[in-house]
Amino acid sequence: MLVYIIRRLMQAALVMVVMSALVFAGIYLIGDPVAMMISPDASEIERDAVRAALGLDRPLWRQYLVFMNAALHGDFGKSFLAGQPAMQLIFERMPATMELVFLSLVIALGLGLPMGVYAGLRPKSIGAKTIMTGSILGFSLPNFWVGLMLIMVFAVLLPDLVPWWPRLPASGRGTTVSVLGVNLSLFTGDGLLHLLLPAITLALYKGALIVRLARATAREVLPMDYVKFARAKGLSERRVVGVHVLKNIMIPIATVSGLEFGQSVAFAVITETVFAWPGMGKLLIDSILLLDRPVVVAYLMIIVVFFVVLNLLVDLLYSVLDPRVRLESRAA
Amino acid sequence: MSETALDPARAPVAARPQTPFQRIVSNFCEDRLAVFGLVLVLAALFVAIFAPLISPQDPFDIGALDLLDAKSPPGTVSGDGKITYWLGTDGQARDMMSAIFYGMRLSLFVGFTSVIAALGIGIVVGLVAAYAGGRIDALLMRVVDIMLSFPAILVALILLSVLGKGIDKVLIALILVQWAYFARAARAAALVERNKEYVEAAHCLALPAGRIVFRHMLPNCLPSLIVIATITLARAIALEATLSFLGVGVPVTQPSLGMLISNGFEFLMSGSYWISFFPGIALAIAIIGINLAGDHLRDVLNPRNLR
Repeated sequence: MLVYIIRRLMQAALVMVVMSALVFAGIYLIGDPVAMMISPDASEIERDAVRAALGLDRPLWRQYLVFMNAALHGDFGKSFLAGQPAMQLIFERMPATMELVFLSLVIALGLGLPMGVYAGLRPKSIGAKTIMTGSILGFSLPNFWVGLMLIMVFAVLLPDLVPWWPRLPASGRGTTVSVLGVNLSLFTGDGLLHLLLPAITLALYKGALIVRLARATAREVLPMDYVKFARAKGLSERRVVGVHVLKNIMIPIATVSGLEFGQSVAFAVITETVFAWPGMGKLLIDSILLLDRPVVVAYLMIIVVFFVVLNLLVDLLYSVLDPRVRLESRAA
Repeated sequence: MSETALDPARAPVAARPQTPFQRIVSNFCEDRLAVFGLVLVLAALFVAIFAPLISPQDPFDIGALDLLDAKSPPGTVSGDGKITYWLGTDGQARDMMSAIFYGMRLSLFVGFTSVIAALGIGIVVGLVAAYAGGRIDALLMRVVDIMLSFPAILVALILLSVLGKGIDKVLIALILVQWAYFARAARAAALVERNKEYVEAAHCLALPAGRIVFRHMLPNCLPSLIVIATITLARAIALEATLSFLGVGVPVTQPSLGMLISNGFEFLMSGSYWISFFPGIALAIAIIGINLAGDHLRDVLNPRNLR
């Protein structure tokens, strides 16, 4: 086990070095950040001064070595535009992304699970068929377009047409409150309103996945003997479904939700752009468009670490849940 | 395989034995939803192929645009009375219907090209890994594992931030994030085929490895790969639209459906909903059609469902 973990971590380190070098070289070759930062009629001497100040006049490999040396000390350089350390910039934005992902997971589970179980219990009912067709839509509709349409309906059309309909905010975080030194929108009424539309957009795809998974598992569990026995004992249908069936459905749901957490952080890039949500995804897009190299590279490093750790945890969890999965043989 | 093909005595006199292709077609047509999906796909393909012929206007011809017609709602007749904007116009007075036709053309082109190229790379990598085994297999599959452990959208985003804008660059990014799915699937299918008798027979004939892999094993691996290709196609189209929406995809001068939706974003708040709404519907039609058809194709092509 220990050998396996060490191997995985070494592999992760290798991936990070390769990725950082590729991105570093690639971004370097493509754009000149100086051209984006100072006015076009600045003289060549001024340009050179800016270049020298940012360390861009040195050869590429020197820049990379300087970067790697600093990165190993936790310093990813300063954002060209904000002038703040890139790492600090990303960590400042992280709570916004995390609360968005968290709320969307709650919505997806809160709505998807009952709907999926219902569709599993009564597969022939009209309600179940509507739910299943709806889940195909949830899969297929492009996420960013759904976000735009939600803005159109709930922030523009409905409030315009129906006088008493509240106008839902379509951009920004609203009022935040500091909880343990972290600014969160989750605990203010205004912040929650701002969270609503982006969280629903992000929850849609995941919700559709959970509906289908919950339905499939429910159909698998229902004919089992212990469910029949629970019914034979004369337990109420509510107790049979709520306790005996649900408990067994939760195992695959929990695993998939864990995996989907990582996907949601990636998908949040889109949702945050649509709703101008100031999270780390929006920061990434802005930095890419403005060639703010240190922020892009720092984001990439954080994401690589994040996913390597997440995948490692999921693999370890599998081996705990299912002893048939042998980690050592896979690592060979 | 149907009974009639195996037992000619029981077959009706006039009926010819069903070829595998005919069987697949007839099985496919049993499911109404799948046929509906196929119709949607064919409609999208028709529009994409014949876009220059059926569009009321050439959306790339800036000279033909009359800025007075900008942001006309659906159904408006143009200023010179020549055409009716059934789906309205965008901020540059472009007819949305024509723009959607051309956008569909680009979106489908990018989707199909990237999936076919990724399928080709994936097949080669997967079959080589399965046939060679040992270290080559372990190395190739490690690379695939690493590729698949990151979300496609993030990898494509980072790649495009490096490569820059352009249709060719979007294609490269899409191929790079998709080939690993096919490699893994091709390897899994080939590992099953490798131990079958016909491969052994080919070995006994001392056929070269390349011939065994690509002429004997590959055709038997194809059905499962085709199913994955349809689902990947839907994802590729959605991914391209997303990248274009985020501003790192196709250039502004050649709008794909995602770009059109993105262009309408700024007008959404002022109530000009049609600029974003209709391209999204067109995109959804293509993706839903492919998903519906692909979902049933999986059942039809599954060898376990043959008998």
